[in-house]
Amino acid sequence: MSKNISINVNYLTRVEGHGNIVVEVKDGKLEICRLEIVESPRFFEAFLRGRSIYEAPHITSRICGICACGHTLASIQAAEDALGIKPTDQTILLRKLLLHYEELDSHILHIYLLVAPDLVGVPSFVPLIKSHPDVVRRALRMKRLCNELCDILVGRHVHPISAVVGGFTKLPSKTELEEMHKRLVELQKDMEATVELFRGLNFPEFERDTEYVALVNDEDEYPLLYGDIGSTDGYRVTKYEYKNVTNEFIVPYASAKRTKWHRDSYAVGALARFNLNHEKLHPKAKEAAVTLGLKPKCINPYLNTVAQIVECIHCIEDSIRIIEFLWQKGINYDEVVIPDINERGILPQRAGEGVGAVEVPRGLLIHHYECDEKGIFRNANCIIPTNQNTHNIELDMLKLVPEIITQSPDEIRLSLEMLVRAYDPCISCSVHMVEVKVK
Amino acid sequence: MSKPKVAFFDFACCEGCQLQVANIGESLLDILDIIQVVEFREVMSEKWDGEFDVSFVEGSITDEHAVERIKKIRERSKILVALGSCATIGGVNGMKNCFPLEEVGKYVYGESYKFFPTLQTKAVHQVVPVDYFINGCPVYQPEFITVLKCILQGIPYYVPEYPVCVECKLNENVCMYDRGLTCMGPVTKAGCNSWCINNGNICYGCRGLTINPNTEGFKEVLKKYNIPEDFLMKKIEMYNKCRELDKQ
Repeated sequence: MSKNISINVNYLTRVEGHGNIVVEVKDGKLEICRLEIVESPRFFEAFLRGRSIYEAPHITSRICGICACGHTLASIQAAEDALGIKPTDQTILLRKLLLHYEELDSHILHIYLLVAPDLVGVPSFVPLIKSHPDVVRRALRMKRLCNELCDILVGRHVHPISAVVGGFTKLPSKTELEEMHKRLVELQKDMEATVELFRGLNFPEFERDTEYVALVNDEDEYPLLYGDIGSTDGYRVTKYEYKNVTNEFIVPYASAKRTKWHRDSYAVGALARFNLNHEKLHPKAKEAAVTLGLKPKCINPYLNTVAQIVECIHCIEDSIRIIEFLWQKGINYDEVVIPDINERGILPQRAGEGVGAVEVPRGLLIHHYECDEKGIFRNANCIIPTNQNTHNIELDMLKLVPEIITQSPDEIRLSLEMLVRAYDPCISCSVHMVEVKVK
Repeated sequence: MSKPKVAFFDFACCEGCQLQVANIGESLLDILDIIQVVEFREVMSEKWDGEFDVSFVEGSITDEHAVERIKKIRERSKILVALGSCATIGGVNGMKNCFPLEEVGKYVYGESYKFFPTLQTKAVHQVVPVDYFINGCPVYQPEFITVLKCILQGIPYYVPEYPVCVECKLNENVCMYDRGLTCMGPVTKAGCNSWCINNGNICYGCRGLTINPNTEGFKEVLKKYNIPEDFLMKKIEMYNKCRELDKQ
């Protein structure tokens, strides 16, 4: 068959950041198939130099507005590890709660506003306001509820205020715990309707086996905030050995680094977490997975969105558990942290190195810091989920295009856009961090 | 009367300010009743090739490609709004300007740095004229809605020129200086309802310095609490480094 196709999606829409898809088919043969990252570099790693490691969560949160809480939590973990600060049990619980809110907020944005329009064949949620008013109202209501949860806990979702190195600058009152509980119960109902909605929608059928990578642990808890790094190929290393996992490499046409472990590429994100840790999900989340037909090991990347729905249920149920526990036990308000007091040398500082490894909505996020004896940055290295997924997406595209080559260019373009969107890429993040070294 | 055509564009930023707009929740539907959003890449695939009545621009201008792009957007826009700190004052991207550009490039990308050409970070008004400013990292939703109302009525929006301290006092927060901390509140433009201090943190100056900061009074505060000036300069640089380009 001789067929020429040229697809050039300049500035992929409904993703965070700037990326292009380029596909060239000549005489029926796939010649070029790329996901190009064209976001302008912002050089975060360079300008962290000379700043206090205590400022890191505030500054690195600004890498990404969508995963701001995730960056903050990974940054805090790396900084505390470097400084030798051990968070209290209460702080850890509140951080787990914050991470659940982050997963919820980001997943709901992705599921409803970014993915759903493709499944019903419209270019954005705007036409859905007329055709599916109840669904749009529900989506916006769920977004608002998630935002309010973050507002109560950390001041706001985009660039959280009160989560800092050492703990929280403000702790929720008993009334605020009740307020959060009320909203989570509201979300429970909307989540049930979400499962019903997606039960009736069809995702493209496409499979490619790959190595899935996520945090793993030996406890009963679904690992999000802490763990070792594990893979569906049966490997496991500590977070300090992350470089053995990521093995970063560069391709000439993209400004972001890529990664591979035991295969040519690996994938991180909700589907990876589901494949590795599904048995630790809340029973209600497991039930939803069955309803939605999601079974481990699932190798259809389009179903990452379904894994996100399943995770949302887990996060809501586990948040309710945490809040009920805190409500009964009572919050210790003596643990409020005074921000930035260290900067004038009031808190002891030390030279050190630390790693933060956290499961954020799009997958495994690593921050690795090194500071001098005054707590001033020497080295920073961040490995972003989207960087870990880029090469895997491209290999998916390489397998997918020949399978759908008889379709029209518009259909092929849509399938590819949907594939990239399924991974929920965060392109702003992906170019902002590469390894840096102080000579 | 047809609805005003509104677009959202982003440059070097985290896209958090656009997200703040998307996060307005169900009231977004009321807003969409009176405006027509014709381009918003982060959440929409629709594109528009005509003139924009209002363009919201998030992010700083950091390379030649961005300079060309913002000029084209300006030409096509009746009203151009800088959305968020990266756009209004350069924001955290400005910290790059503390270092020589070539050194920054080499530091991050090694010898491949030439593939990633970069310019000194600039706020949007340092490249093209801007009609409205919405400060903040991120923008404060109530202020976004106020500015949108002003734009639709064709009246100017005046960014508050008094410092964050005024709002902070009304919120009855304990002064951070009294708690032994260095806060940017006394020299930072208000309008955020002292968001960060209400949540137990200090003000980082994300909304930009007041046009006429009370420097003498501020120096007295620094002296009173024994805070070195260079320590404070470092704090100012976090968001306000690009300010020096205004003076050129």
